[in-house]
Amino acid sequence: MSTVAASAPGRAPAPRAALLGWAGIALGVVAFLLALPPFTVRSAGPSLVVGALAVAAGAVALSAGERRLGAFAVVAGAGGAVGGYAATRSGVGNLEAVVSWGALCAAMLRYATPLTFAALGGLVSERSGVVNIALEGMMLMGAFFGAYGADKTGSWVLGLVIAVLAGAALALVLAIFAVSLRADQIVTGVALNFVALGVTGYLYVDVYGDQGTPDGLPRVPDIKLHTDGLGFIGQALDQQNLLVWGGLLAVVVVWVLVFRTARGLRLRSVGENPKAAETVGIDVLRTRYAAVVVSGCLAALGGAFLSIGFVHSFSQNMTAGRGFIALAALIFGRWRPLGALGATLLFGFASALAQRLPAFSPSGATLFQALPYVLTLVAVAGIIGRSRPPAADGVPYRREG
Amino acid sequence: MSAVAPDGQDAGPAGEPGGGATVATRLTTHLGVGGVITPLLTTLLAFVVGGLVVLATGHDPFGTYKAIFDGTGLNWLFPWTSGADRDTAAINLQQTLILTAPLILVGLAVGYAFRAGLFNIGGQGQYTVGAILAVWVGSSFAGMPAVPHIVLAIVLAALGGAAWAAIAGGLRATTGANEVITTIMLNWIALWVGVFLFGLGGPLQNTAQHDVPVSNDIVPSAHLPVFWGDPQLQGLHIGIFLALAAAVVYAVILNRSTKGYEARAVGFNPDAARYGGISVGWTYVLVMGACGLFAGLAGAIDVLGWQFRVATNDIQISQVGFLGIAVALLGRNTATGTCLAGLLFGALLQGTSVRNLDPSVFPPELAGNLTTIIQGLVVLIVSADVLVAWLVRRRIRRTAEPPPTSVAVT
Repeated sequence: MSTVAASAPGRAPAPRAALLGWAGIALGVVAFLLALPPFTVRSAGPSLVVGALAVAAGAVALSAGERRLGAFAVVAGAGGAVGGYAATRSGVGNLEAVVSWGALCAAMLRYATPLTFAALGGLVSERSGVVNIALEGMMLMGAFFGAYGADKTGSWVLGLVIAVLAGAALALVLAIFAVSLRADQIVTGVALNFVALGVTGYLYVDVYGDQGTPDGLPRVPDIKLHTDGLGFIGQALDQQNLLVWGGLLAVVVVWVLVFRTARGLRLRSVGENPKAAETVGIDVLRTRYAAVVVSGCLAALGGAFLSIGFVHSFSQNMTAGRGFIALAALIFGRWRPLGALGATLLFGFASALAQRLPAFSPSGATLFQALPYVLTLVAVAGIIGRSRPPAADGVPYRREG
Repeated sequence: MSAVAPDGQDAGPAGEPGGGATVATRLTTHLGVGGVITPLLTTLLAFVVGGLVVLATGHDPFGTYKAIFDGTGLNWLFPWTSGADRDTAAINLQQTLILTAPLILVGLAVGYAFRAGLFNIGGQGQYTVGAILAVWVGSSFAGMPAVPHIVLAIVLAALGGAAWAAIAGGLRATTGANEVITTIMLNWIALWVGVFLFGLGGPLQNTAQHDVPVSNDIVPSAHLPVFWGDPQLQGLHIGIFLALAAAVVYAVILNRSTKGYEARAVGFNPDAARYGGISVGWTYVLVMGACGLFAGLAGAIDVLGWQFRVATNDIQISQVGFLGIAVALLGRNTATGTCLAGLLFGALLQGTSVRNLDPSVFPPELAGNLTTIIQGLVVLIVSADVLVAWLVRRRIRRTAEPPPTSVAVT
């Protein structure tokens, strides 16, 4: 990994530079917020000034060696100024229709939840050294079998259980091929996405035909908090699905398990250096099997949220690339639970905004959908800091002897 | 993903055949043994498992496969097919070959990258970029003479695909960004750009109907000539010859040119190639560019040959580029193999299409999904080289002598 090492900053940046970077990012956000409700400043001046300050802070941070935060601050400042300017050019009525913070944040959480589950699944698998391109397929299995199970058993709990089992079954196939047979993990993942697409589509048509899933599908319940009086955050959290909270809880659980327990340390060591891990007595193959299966369970929960928590029906290929956005979020979040959560919230926000923007710009809204992919492309290219995967990610392990 | 790490170092056990980590290394094993038997067995196994799925859900697998086969038009090749059957078969075979042509091209797009140790999952995006450019050129410049118009559309589409793919190659060369990730991202970016361009209010949306998200139609003079069948009834256009010609070019470049040699050398061992004076980074860019050229061409011939317009829906549901992965893997990245695998999948797509399958034998909506299952199984079986390993072991047992080191799998 000499290339990677060479591209890292040569000297440690001063803590003050990091602070400056964060301040720049915050100023960039403020520059945009100024022009939006409830402030709704109707002149571009303040946004431009604050945005310029953000860019300046970022530039200073950059020159002090804080490349990642500095670059982010420059981008945030420029983006904030442009966004603020754009907002002052559109009508107040339109702005208030699009930017209703409570509804926007609630939608963000709903859009982010399937991604969060799947990104966490990808995290567990990739931290153990198995690349999981099949997240999409596992989500799809969860989505179909969640709906099917809920329909046949009449209970959303059993629906979730069946969804998780289906996701685990597909993950087990990935594990058998990728871990035991040492197949190329990416090719296997691509194959399993096809298999899942075909199997769920086939069963869906075979079971439900032209009718589609029945209307009275048992649903994962919403939780009512009565916090709608507490500002837009209260409104956003007031009535959310159980699985939205489950997704946030899963972030904490995965973070604790993977980064704060001995078991998690073993998992990560298998992903970084399997030979060393085996030397100290860790069963590499079993660890990878477990990680991949857990990955399938999590991704399937994300899929099940789509079908029985959000849309309340199933349709062919209903995940529509969300598994790949989750993969993107995982990379953009640098293979860390909180990073992945941040990325899925950002991508969820983009989706929520894209859904509301058509009010006054339908074609512009479409381009928002590409945002996660563009950001991830930028992230892996190392233009703004580099995302580096676990060292043994994607490498089949061959036991000695 | 240091399977294809920027500096080409595999964290896996070095020097162990079959334990190699890159796609290319594993495929070397795959290519080394088994001849044509492995792909045939792979296909057979996938069809058997698919048949079991059909059986398990209460349908007749033999009747289903027979009906699918009849829908492909391949029975036209049998001398005993005559009369009205023969006419139907001819029309079906034309459709099969129309679907085969882009599959061969995207298969080449994936295969060429494989030979250089790169995994091009971006065939779909490159195809989309090609289709966008082809429909734009084909629906503009209405007064242009036919031949230069078609050539311009095809060349721009191919170059557009090449440029799109070269982004991934360039990022790999300069920053070491893994091309698997970048090509996946580029696929989705191409998709949304396409939806933006042809969508409601988009810059390339058609001028006639403002509530339909579709491009303008290609002007009739820019349609690819039809040489078999009725041009009004979607006869076979010359795209299949372009695809076959591309396969020949692929083989010649790869096996007979300096650039092809360099690509293979980089695929075999990037460090050794660099030591031997080959610019590995530049090779990545050129290889991905060539891949995009093939995939962009595929988009062009589909648009100019039979679609004549691009709807946002077409862009969103198209799977051609992903099928290319199956085509390339089954065809073992050789020109001939890719053409045959392309024909197989083209025939499957055609045979399971809604129009062709008799609903009383097998519901066509199921059949489309059956195709997807079979396609997934093909890739899955190829991915593990299980068949190869089994074959090699059997051969070893038969000849009872130590295996040549290059094929010592497991």
